[in-house]
Amino acid sequence: MQAAATNPAPTLREPVYELRNVGKTYARNLITALEGVSLTLTKGSFTAVIGSSGCGKSTLLKIMAGLIPPSTGRVALQGRPVMGPRRDIGMMFQQATLFPWRTTVENIVLPIEIRDGKAAAKLAQENARALLELVGLKGFEDVFPNELSGGMAQRASICRMLITEPAVLLLDEPFSALDELARDFMNMELQRICTTRDATAFLVTHSIPEAVLLADQVIVMAPRPGRIAEVVEIDLPRPRTLDMMTTPKFGALVEHIRSRLDKEAFL
Amino acid sequence: MSNLDNADQEDTVWTEAEGWGDRIPRAVQMLFVFVVFVLLWDLVTRFDLVSRLILPTPGETFNDLVFVGKNLITGGYMLVALWITLQEVFWGFILAIIIGFTLGVIVGETAFGERAIMPYLVAIDTMPKVAFAPLFVAWLGFGIESKVALAAFIATFPIIVGTAAGLHAADANSRMLFKTMGASRWQTLVKMKLPMGLPQIFTGLKIGSVGVMAGAITGEFLGGGKGFGELIRIAASQLNTPRVFSLILYLSILGLGLFAFVAWVQRRFVFWHKERISSGDH
Repeated sequence: MQAAATNPAPTLREPVYELRNVGKTYARNLITALEGVSLTLTKGSFTAVIGSSGCGKSTLLKIMAGLIPPSTGRVALQGRPVMGPRRDIGMMFQQATLFPWRTTVENIVLPIEIRDGKAAAKLAQENARALLELVGLKGFEDVFPNELSGGMAQRASICRMLITEPAVLLLDEPFSALDELARDFMNMELQRICTTRDATAFLVTHSIPEAVLLADQVIVMAPRPGRIAEVVEIDLPRPRTLDMMTTPKFGALVEHIRSRLDKEAFL
Repeated sequence: MSNLDNADQEDTVWTEAEGWGDRIPRAVQMLFVFVVFVLLWDLVTRFDLVSRLILPTPGETFNDLVFVGKNLITGGYMLVALWITLQEVFWGFILAIIIGFTLGVIVGETAFGERAIMPYLVAIDTMPKVAFAPLFVAWLGFGIESKVALAAFIATFPIIVGTAAGLHAADANSRMLFKTMGASRWQTLVKMKLPMGLPQIFTGLKIGSVGVMAGAITGEFLGGGKGFGELIRIAASQLNTPRVFSLILYLSILGLGLFAFVAWVQRRFVFWHKERISSGDH
């Protein structure tokens, strides 16, 4: 950490999201879903979390989103403890969840409408149109979601996440419902959008190649109790391309993560 | 060289089997059923298989249909009766919507409503609601009020059930999304749960619109008054079966109109929902 003053490397920028020794025990069945999780997301970094089911990654994400409180530990975004949902937390799910009675633009300004009212949402429409252009949905601003394909709907939900200008993006398997071709393409788009906006991103995924392709660090989690097994630094150059997936280095990283997962899954 | 590349081979073009039902326009098919029905009806009466007192001929019924139609158009006593029934149906439906929607939201949105109120509503719903008619007459008299009450009473329950079911229709993702946006309970209800539940709410309204007609007419049968139901009762007691038939037909036009109106409102406001069950056209 002290090296930041002498070494201006981009990986050592100021922390945005910090978790210290976070644990979660569900009182109902006394299951320890999460134990001793500490991690730091620095500004502009991309972190991926991978683990078998039951490793507590969705619990971790819900705590980070302010949807559930942790049982132990400290959680802080931009220096302020996370005590509930906040507008500087952006979230995206596996399903686009666009509401069919609202046009694309109206769906995107929904978070503004909820937090600041209809007038503010009206003003934010300009911003929403700019975001739609960023994700390549120009021309689809005023159509209803049933006219959008799965990939287009997810692009729109990216815009909805970005409209409040969140400090951190929490991505819960955002493209896993798409077919593989669309998924690769959307991952490249996600990288481009994150780079353009210098976004701090936290991705939960089931796909090792996807994690390696997108992330600066991959957090491998282990179940019972949910904890961090290893943090793998991915030092592949940026911007990442799909061609990189065939390089030996990429293969070695994937293999390493897979071996860690295999070991944990059957203990 | 493959057999297929021979120049004298024919193209593999063949016709898919198609039922005749797909080729004939729907209106023609409906007309066909109507014509067959009237022909059968005519045969039954022509050969006196059934007494004329019980079943009039199609011709007699048609003549009476014209007679009642004239009376309605010229503002005769039947129009006055129809107007009374119309008022009962209108106020009954309005009352049912207000009470049904309010109770539906309470039952569908609050844990207390679901746990403590819903069981009573289910219990009342299983009762034969027509049996309450004498009670309403005793409480509200022989005027329009007792009919409005019975009509509303019958129509309220489907609206309660539809509203409550509609509020439960919101999926986990939508709920989670609204939570992450920091939405209040009221915002979640108004901006997400209610619009998402509109298809079910409208299903309740449609069933209610049928019930409200039944309620008003039953109320008139059992509680007197001066409505259309009373005309039917009188005609039946005089064994004037053509009149009974034509009155029922005009009444069914009224019911159909109410149902169509609700369906039209639904198409306007729930344009995003594909509904195929009751509209028929797709």
